[in-house]
Amino acid sequence: MSSLSIRGLEIVLGKTPVIEGLDLDIEEGEFVVLLGPSGCGKSTLLHSIAGLLDVDEGKVEIAGVDVTWADPKDRGIGMVFQSYALYPTMTVERNLSFGLRISGMPKVDIRKRVGDAARMLQLTELLQRKPAQLSGGQRQRVAIGRALVRKVKVFLLDEPLSNLDAKLRAELRRELKQLHHELGATMVYVTHDQVEAMTLATRMAVMRAGKIQQFDRPDEVYARPANMFVAGFLGSPSMNFVAGQLRLDSGRVAFDSAALKLDVSDYAFAAAPNDTQSVVLGVRPEHLRMVPPDAPHNARATLGLIEPMGANKIVWLDAPGARLALQTEPNVQLVSGAEVHLAMDPVHASLFDATTERRL
Amino acid sequence: MNNTLSPRPRQPLFTPARLGVYFFLVSAALFFLLPLYVMGVTSIKPMTEIRLGNIFAFPLEVTFAPWARAWSSACTGLECRGISVGFWNSTRILIPSLVLSILLGSINGYALAYWRVRWAGWFFAILMLGAFIPYPVMLYPLVRMFAAVNLFQSIPNIVLIHTFFGMPIMTLVFRNYYASLPVELFKAARIDGGGFWRIYFQLMVPMSLPILVVALILQTTGIWNDFILGLIFAGRENYPMTVQLNNIINSTQGEKIYNVNMAATLLTSMVPLAVYFISGRWFVRGIAAGAVKG
Repeated sequence: MSSLSIRGLEIVLGKTPVIEGLDLDIEEGEFVVLLGPSGCGKSTLLHSIAGLLDVDEGKVEIAGVDVTWADPKDRGIGMVFQSYALYPTMTVERNLSFGLRISGMPKVDIRKRVGDAARMLQLTELLQRKPAQLSGGQRQRVAIGRALVRKVKVFLLDEPLSNLDAKLRAELRRELKQLHHELGATMVYVTHDQVEAMTLATRMAVMRAGKIQQFDRPDEVYARPANMFVAGFLGSPSMNFVAGQLRLDSGRVAFDSAALKLDVSDYAFAAAPNDTQSVVLGVRPEHLRMVPPDAPHNARATLGLIEPMGANKIVWLDAPGARLALQTEPNVQLVSGAEVHLAMDPVHASLFDATTERRL
Repeated sequence: MNNTLSPRPRQPLFTPARLGVYFFLVSAALFFLLPLYVMGVTSIKPMTEIRLGNIFAFPLEVTFAPWARAWSSACTGLECRGISVGFWNSTRILIPSLVLSILLGSINGYALAYWRVRWAGWFFAILMLGAFIPYPVMLYPLVRMFAAVNLFQSIPNIVLIHTFFGMPIMTLVFRNYYASLPVELFKAARIDGGGFWRIYFQLMVPMSLPILVVALILQTTGIWNDFILGLIFAGRENYPMTVQLNNIINSTQGEKIYNVNMAATLLTSMVPLAVYFISGRWFVRGIAAGAVKG
């Protein structure tokens, strides 16, 4: 039984459809990240799961129960907001117990649950403080605790780390992953940060304009993007795209363009390729490498800008009709303007249809 | 190495620009303080001194008898029980009116800011329109309406009138305040299971202190200074202080008792003044600090 299931969801805000015919199935204990650029509908989707937004069409099921029209409190969900939304006039303890007090739980049980959650989140010392006296990381933990004490089936997290500085964000990201391991609860996490998505997700859904573009394991999405949008959205710098044509010649398939030529006979084509078919070849910067002039090569290019990143170097290359990024070792000596030969392994290539932008 | 901070260069105390600023400030202060000064000194002079006509002169003989007389024995028409009667009437009108108008205004504002009320925009627009219609237009219909339900000229009558007339501004003030709070607080409380009233009383009211003070100042001065509504709707027994003050000043036999009149006027304006002085420091205070961001 899936923990969360969405069927044919449609949401219209004002006159503009924000989400159209969306399906999503999440298994119990999964950590699903909804990733996409601003305004792609990922937060809207999360708020509709929470019941804070009315849906116009479709169905939302949590743990097998249809909750499409249920009140937020009856859905078995907890939510962590970007701004944490802690009740400013209440102490941490009362923030944590607010939901339980409303449900009329006996005081003894409330104290036990709050105590357990506080211990788990290292908030025991801070229970009598007001939110204003907490640091950003502590506030974030209280916000998670508020969902934790209610023993919810599904945690919904709306960009919970984006208000923190980079160092704290990385720290809390690990804490969150640890927490997910300990709880084994289903989590749905919205972010526009691809690092958070890659590191946290058991599966990630990349969204664009209210539609899920691809829903798969992060490594799978990264290695085999379903279309050019997903390919370009993940990775930094993003995937190199080279427009060209396929050439079929006596059982061999070759990619041909002014900038780059590559034998793609072993590529797992979804449908049989046609001769002179217009395609776009995608290759990640870490899969391009520079080779000596006498070795076999796929492309030639001129060295442009060089960006040292510490752990590696990003090299920008000008090839005929294409600009390529290449990731290399940090200690390679390079001179701008030099001519270099490039090679790549066809295993790492992604091919897209030039018009539909879908993966072949 | 010498790490001591070099002294901040001294600003000259008197430059022509500074002098201009001081001159303006002092003359503006005098302009507003002079009438108050005249009232103050007149109220503590005996009538013999007032008759001399030196209204700016400091009293040669200080007496508080006019204040005592204004408070407890000045005549309003035939009755001579002073303005204290009006003070207690005004208090009896003010307190229920304050509680009712602020409570209803804040509930209204909260509902409009957070709950998806059908036709909320139209409702709010009509309420605002009410604020722009001059009082006199509504007086006669209101008199007839209250007479029809046998409430005309009573404390409940004047309290309801103040509540009605306070509704547009109170709703506006509270709606705007609640709309400025992060909406995620409300959403979090909804997920925690809070309903309309629980979120209002346990979350919104505790966060409303700064705006409560603003509402308190607005309503106290408005209700205390009201004259026409009190005159029409309160009834002879419950005339507020402003109406009593007018009666004291206008019911003169023989000479005008300026010192008593001044004292009565100062007494009447005491409450709004006190409210300003006491609540001023609460006026701007971010109670929502710590709710959001880090």
